[in-house]
Amino acid sequence: MSIVYLDNNATTPLDPRVLDAMLPYLRDKFGNAASRSHAFGWEAENAVEQAREQVAALIGASAKEIIFTSGATESDNIAVKGVAHMYHDKGNHIIIQETEHKAVIDPAKYLEQNGFEVTVLGVDKYGMVRMDELAGAIKDNTTLVSIMFANNETGTIQPVAEIGKLCKERGVLFHTDAAQAVGKVPIDVEAMGIDLLSVSGHKMYGPKGIGALYVRRKKPRVRCEPVIHGGGHERGMRSGTLNVPAIVGLGTACALAQAEMPEESKRVTALRDRLWEGLSKNLTEIALNGHPEKRLPTTVNVSFLYVEGESLMMGFNDIAVSSGSACTSASLEPSYVLKALGVGDELAHSSIRFSLGRFTTEADVDYTVKRVSDAVNHLRKMSPLYEMALEGIDITKVQWAHH
Amino acid sequence: MAYSDKVVDHFEHPRNVGTLDKNSANVGTGVVGAPECGDVMKLQIQVDENDRIVDAKFKTFGCGSAIASSSLATEWVKGKTVDEAGQIKNTDIVKELALPPVKIHCSVLAEDAIRAAIRDLRQKQGAPGDKTAVAAK
Repeated sequence: MSIVYLDNNATTPLDPRVLDAMLPYLRDKFGNAASRSHAFGWEAENAVEQAREQVAALIGASAKEIIFTSGATESDNIAVKGVAHMYHDKGNHIIIQETEHKAVIDPAKYLEQNGFEVTVLGVDKYGMVRMDELAGAIKDNTTLVSIMFANNETGTIQPVAEIGKLCKERGVLFHTDAAQAVGKVPIDVEAMGIDLLSVSGHKMYGPKGIGALYVRRKKPRVRCEPVIHGGGHERGMRSGTLNVPAIVGLGTACALAQAEMPEESKRVTALRDRLWEGLSKNLTEIALNGHPEKRLPTTVNVSFLYVEGESLMMGFNDIAVSSGSACTSASLEPSYVLKALGVGDELAHSSIRFSLGRFTTEADVDYTVKRVSDAVNHLRKMSPLYEMALEGIDITKVQWAHH
Repeated sequence: MAYSDKVVDHFEHPRNVGTLDKNSANVGTGVVGAPECGDVMKLQIQVDENDRIVDAKFKTFGCGSAIASSSLATEWVKGKTVDEAGQIKNTDIVKELALPPVKIHCSVLAEDAIRAAIRDLRQKQGAPGDKTAVAAK
């Protein structure tokens, strides 16, 4: 059975060109980039420096501002905990928002348990930060604002340049987790006033286990306490022998993204809209979660009313997607991101995230529209909620026995 | 999560999906769960004059295991007397469908749905005055 892959926000396939670039470094070019005394080391170091240039170029940074990590989770940890600890004497307050990835939320919680003050901002119904709330939350002792570039579940893109500008005016550092955005939408750390930015390899057709953190060096020079101590690699911010093949892969993925973004972004956006329009044409009572326009080209998050997400996925098991339903999570809690948008629990249970990518075709989208529509109709026929809705009963007014 | 073949079979070919007349005197209706929790089951039984269940229908909003549990429950109650049906245990459903621990609540809900339908039926039967009233509608 061939499976249509529409879960690119979870991970993307490795671009074959990325793999080709990596292979020599998994075979003959095995040197340690920190070996200064022989050609093996020089070769590895050159490859790493080239990749650093490629990552930097994609986000408008200079190569010296890029440090390699094991992924966006590690980058987020270094940014949030590293900045909070480094600037502790200046202040002990940081600001995040409710819809951040756990890789930001959990480090922030950790800081809170260790005496820091953390403000968690809410979002509007599209998942956007409210700028006046952010402005009001910044205090004299605030050192860091961490707000993601684009959300992994809804695809909503934050007004990053506005946030950067505000942070600059108020003298606080601005970190953004851009794992979903890098390579998908244009990013310029200078124009957008970003001080730290997290990159993930495997969300942009690179390998897993590699990421990067942009750390501004000028105006201001940003410093982070390391999370991993050791040999002092990566300007002391991230010790550990460099993963040369993966770094080469990340660099190549960035170069490809930069070259192809104008075309790719247009094409994938058209597929995204084709998917939503196809579903809206076939089905009544569906709702788009996230911002209608300011959204990643890759992401369509839909609530199918009266149908539960996990059962819906069972109905089209040859299409790989993910759901905000509790039944799909270990915690048995529906998506906290959708909750933050004010999407009711019952709609969160009914949500499916379709995430498209470089290798998605029009045929994939058309097939998905058909299969999903059939599955929704099949399940609505056996849904007591749909039956009640047809009878004109408002299910939000029913006294349910919670369990 | 991988589903057992039986869950998949009930999901793809659900038994007894539908609705019985909830106002009928010999029909008991049970609705359990809540949309916010991700599961709502409606299970209905229809009895003959000997208290034997001659028909059963369900509708379920919930995951595949919840749909399968309620589909199986309707299959099992049919042909049983109401008292026999009341003896069905969620653990029997767990066993039959090979539900993993995280899905046991689906079987509990199915058991609750059967009990709720029986309760509704008994309530109707216990109040013959109501029965006439319903029949008159």
